[in-house]
Amino acid sequence: MTLNIVKPGLATSIQDLGRPGYFHLGIPEGGAMDRLALRAANMLVGNPEGAACLEAVFMGPEITFTAEASVAITGGEMPILLDGVTKESWTSFTVKPGQTLSFGFLKSGARIYIAVSGGIATEPALGSRSTYPIGALGGFHGRNIAAGDELPVGTAPLVEEGRSTPAELRRGPGSPTELRVLTGLYWYRLTEASGQNFFNDTWTVAPEADRMGYRFRGGQPMEFVEREQPFGAGADPSNIVDGCYSYGSIQVPGGSEPIVLHRDAVSGGGYFTLGAVISADMDLIGQLQPNTQVKFIKVEMEEALQARAERKAVLEMMRKYIG
Amino acid sequence: MKTRYSYGGDEHIYVEVDEEMSLDAFFISLSMSKAVREANIPGVTEICPANASFEVRFDPDVIAPETMMAKIKELEHKAEQAEKRLSTRIIEIPVYYQDPWTHETLMRFRERHQDPSGSDLDYAARINGYDSVAAFIEAHHSQPWFVSMVGFVAGLPFLYQLVEREKQLQVPKYLRPRTDTPRHTVGYGGCFSCIYSVRGAGGYQMFGITPMPIFDPEQKVSYLEDFMVFFKPGDIVKWKPIDRAEYDRITAAVEQGTYAPRIAEVDFDLDAFNADMTGFNAKLMEALNDA
Repeated sequence: MTLNIVKPGLATSIQDLGRPGYFHLGIPEGGAMDRLALRAANMLVGNPEGAACLEAVFMGPEITFTAEASVAITGGEMPILLDGVTKESWTSFTVKPGQTLSFGFLKSGARIYIAVSGGIATEPALGSRSTYPIGALGGFHGRNIAAGDELPVGTAPLVEEGRSTPAELRRGPGSPTELRVLTGLYWYRLTEASGQNFFNDTWTVAPEADRMGYRFRGGQPMEFVEREQPFGAGADPSNIVDGCYSYGSIQVPGGSEPIVLHRDAVSGGGYFTLGAVISADMDLIGQLQPNTQVKFIKVEMEEALQARAERKAVLEMMRKYIG
Repeated sequence: MKTRYSYGGDEHIYVEVDEEMSLDAFFISLSMSKAVREANIPGVTEICPANASFEVRFDPDVIAPETMMAKIKELEHKAEQAEKRLSTRIIEIPVYYQDPWTHETLMRFRERHQDPSGSDLDYAARINGYDSVAAFIEAHHSQPWFVSMVGFVAGLPFLYQLVEREKQLQVPKYLRPRTDTPRHTVGYGGCFSCIYSVRGAGGYQMFGITPMPIFDPEQKVSYLEDFMVFFKPGDIVKWKPIDRAEYDRITAAVEQGTYAPRIAEVDFDLDAFNADMTGFNAKLMEALNDA
């Protein structure tokens, strides 16, 4: 069967759990911005957790199905319509051949995940179907989906309708959203006052927020500890000799607007980084809309690992519940 | 040189061998990253060497961060003793300096530049003390370059020139990064040259363009059939200035699948290079010209 794309939405892409192992060549792991939502969507339709889904940001696509399939949609809150009839999110339902899936306006969060039984079956690239558009890698011919595309879907048995996850296991961004940060990397480049301001100030998500990185504005400009710049770094105090970037790392070009690198991160560059958002909060960034207020919260490693364990426990509960 | 270790969140360890760039720092970071690879530490998912640093990504559910940190630190001493030599290759990369496409782009983003009144090359030549753009271009391509990092985006090489530090060219990055850079732009930032493997954002000054693809996800380009990324750390590059006619000829040959870059196998030995840079580079060029 195929999913026939009538309208693509804003920037809808095929994503799975990504392609780790090529970051040393500048090819990022990619994959769902909100991994737990992708896993849940797959579980609900009986797929392996890492099957390829559609990730739609801010605006949903319109899709006609050529065969019967089970579907589940997770992530942000966006009204789901099947031939105009409302369907529940985070809940499996059956789509008949010829029926059309469409969406209303986004109510909360930023990204939805559309899982179809059998999974999207495009050709994997370097072990993943995730779309990396600037490298023309994976996805559908290396790009986001477009009107007229016919996306191949694998074959799998249907699941019963109404499989769902308990609402308390779903995580949405609070207001302001708190993102926990481990300081480090080039943190020492900031003056003590600037370091404190970073955590005291309220930031807002800038319009430049995508799969590569989320930019924030609204905080005070940062000041750097004075030094003679090291050879090869460049003259600006925010410059370093180009090094590797971590996923979640926070760079501040020119000391003005922090950028948190996400799944399609550039693998390195010449701007200082002050630390990184902890792995447990990366999914949450994928659900942030522009203009959302954010506070960065300083934590230590122990707390980061505790938060990671909590996220894992939620995943385990989902697995048990959906069974 | 003082090695500095830091966590990057709960999944990465960042090791900076030196805060300034040198080939010594490059070789130590490469040796350390190789030692981490060879140690086969369970839980390691990515090992990324950079110019004078490297990074290890790991799964903290498999190995505790402090255990990972201790294992990497154990490898430092061994890596410092490692020989600073490589069996590698020298590749001739054609460059069309002052081409119309990067010129159009740099004019479009002029307000983000330190000196909106001229071109990136005018600016780079002046701040490096050259009295003409032609003399600066000559300095850029007359001596070979060493690939000290691959990354940023898919397959982009960072190159460090094989000359004494006082002859190194240095330029700042754009004041604010551009949102567009033509594919195959030959750029410059800090002491590094680069080739933009794909079209996209960028902050390096733009000097010219190469007709030679260095990343091909479809692996249709003849010399990228085995792997989609051309460069690896340790590769040596010699820029060859070309004109528009040559650019067009090579572009057509790439499309027909008949273009083969000029490549020679060579050894690079840092001590031998440091002892006699001019003589060492002359031998590299001899090997390339015989290829």
